[in-house]
Amino acid sequence: MSIREVMAAEDGVETMPRHESMARLTFARFLEHRMAVASAVLLFVLVVLVAAAPLFAGALGLDPNDVDLLNRFAPPSADHPLGTDELGRDVLLRLLYGGRVSLIVGLVTALIAGLIGTVIGLFAGYFGGWLDALLMRITDSVIALPLLPLLIVMAAVDLGKLGLPPDLATSPETSLYRIVLIIALVGWTTVARLVRGATLSLREREYVLAAVSQGAGSLRIMFGHILPNAISPIIVATTLSVGTIILLESVLSFLGLGIQPPIASWGNMLNNAQELIYEAPALAFYPGVLIFLTVIAFNFLGDGLQDALDPKALRR
Amino acid sequence: MTRYLIRRGLESLAVLLVMSFAIYGLMGLMPGDPIDVMVQSDPNLTPADAARLKALYGLDRPIGERYLNWLGAALEGDLGYSRLNNRPVLEVLGPRLLNTILLMGLSLAVALAIAVPVGVLSALRPYSKTDYAINFGALAGISIPVFWLALMLIVVFSVQLGWLPAGGMQTIGSEGWLDRAKYLILPVLSLSLASVGGFTRFMRAAMMESMRQDYIRTARAKGVPERRVVYKHALRNAMIPVVTILALSFGTLFSGALITETMFSYLGMGKLIYDSIMGNDYNLALVSLLFATFLVLLSNLLADICYAWLDPRVTYR
Repeated sequence: MSIREVMAAEDGVETMPRHESMARLTFARFLEHRMAVASAVLLFVLVVLVAAAPLFAGALGLDPNDVDLLNRFAPPSADHPLGTDELGRDVLLRLLYGGRVSLIVGLVTALIAGLIGTVIGLFAGYFGGWLDALLMRITDSVIALPLLPLLIVMAAVDLGKLGLPPDLATSPETSLYRIVLIIALVGWTTVARLVRGATLSLREREYVLAAVSQGAGSLRIMFGHILPNAISPIIVATTLSVGTIILLESVLSFLGLGIQPPIASWGNMLNNAQELIYEAPALAFYPGVLIFLTVIAFNFLGDGLQDALDPKALRR
Repeated sequence: MTRYLIRRGLESLAVLLVMSFAIYGLMGLMPGDPIDVMVQSDPNLTPADAARLKALYGLDRPIGERYLNWLGAALEGDLGYSRLNNRPVLEVLGPRLLNTILLMGLSLAVALAIAVPVGVLSALRPYSKTDYAINFGALAGISIPVFWLALMLIVVFSVQLGWLPAGGMQTIGSEGWLDRAKYLILPVLSLSLASVGGFTRFMRAAMMESMRQDYIRTARAKGVPERRVVYKHALRNAMIPVVTILALSFGTLFSGALITETMFSYLGMGKLIYDSIMGNDYNLALVSLLFATFLVLLSNLLADICYAWLDPRVTYR
């Protein structure tokens, strides 16, 4: 066996047939994973809080982008529960609105990357042969690349030179779509390998043979028969990738290459933190803690889902 | 074996070629075209001059032709000049590479010195309190943003305690290894903490897998002491996949090194790549990025060879 085969074998997660009661069993197993449950609760609270950001803004009578140069580095008070930053903007509101951006970018990118990975994995595993060899060589190559430097290059590309009108090319909204696109472009590899592994074993099953004998087409077999049975590893890998993606977005935004101001994200809130570290260490603290908590929560959630969806892997 | 090596080598070379074209193309899309920069800084240059300069440097040709010209020159050893440093790219790259190797090597050593014993401990008592605590710590290590960790280390050890410098390579006017070491502690700490979580989890998985094998039961059955079973029979076999994952994680480690070097103003390759991109020094950015890609591909190749060398059960395709 070569190293690639060993890894492929490890990827080939066995999946089980599902019935209605399976869902309840899975849920019961998930509840046993206490850290995963705590993480789910934490993420739920976080989502509710960032969704309610406009309510907080209304209650405080402030906007997250309101600059108030007379009130820079204000300490926490009734007007500014967590104080203000170097431009006098309210830190709590920026954290909440930044959380919206970081969470949405993380989730949307993970979904897109998961979709790309699923399609590539299905085609590679189902058709095999030269297509499989080609797709897996591409996957291995992308995994092998030094991703962060490449992402920095892709994030620095001048979209005007790609034919976008200048004002659109530099607008903060475009930076949002760009970051989703470039991270999705490199983030699909884990799902692709997992789905390929699952497809390789699933395509030999009797129900696939039955579908073939009834004249089902390749697409129908891939998406109608194989995909539903390979869904567990996809869910787990996609959940785990949300954390990685939030980390990537935050570091790119921190370096000034991701989400552009005035849109707040947890990463770009730390933009000036290093220069201001003597004046306002607290400014560097909050966004980092939130990134850390969110990412660890998604990682525990993924762990818990893995145990719940794939009980055979547990306590072998 | 030789055939396998040649095939893998050729594959890596193909990836490197594709990447060189892709990166070359991306560099052309960067803001701040070198001629535009010249025009902006010199009011005497007319648009006609700019056009003539572009023709002189071949910038008006199609991208494919420009790439082939660059590749031809690069293969003859002419990698061009760095605009920021006014020196040949290779001269800039050399010392930076040594600094990065020092940083990454030390961090890897620290990370392994923690991950191997901790991972083994975790695997020997699966699903115990110790195991859960270690798993929690490892996941926390994976989930922490490296740049923020670096920031917090600076806050605690440089700003609050004042024990260690917040960044740089050495004190001005000071010489010697002791001074260098002081500047290395925080970067090494931050980079090793960033990778120790992943290594610990992998070590645990490999050790548990190895403890399940038949040869462990055989060793116990013939009365080998438990210590010897664990450290001689199980650990040695568990190290095989770990060695492989080490080489495969070179790309991730390099990404971490880029952040760490940027945070601590450590003059390594990662900071060089970041600075050259931000400073519109695209010749330098192109070469250093390609060099990083080359190193990563090389380490992947080494991983495959190591795996085959350590595990005689592996066959070559």
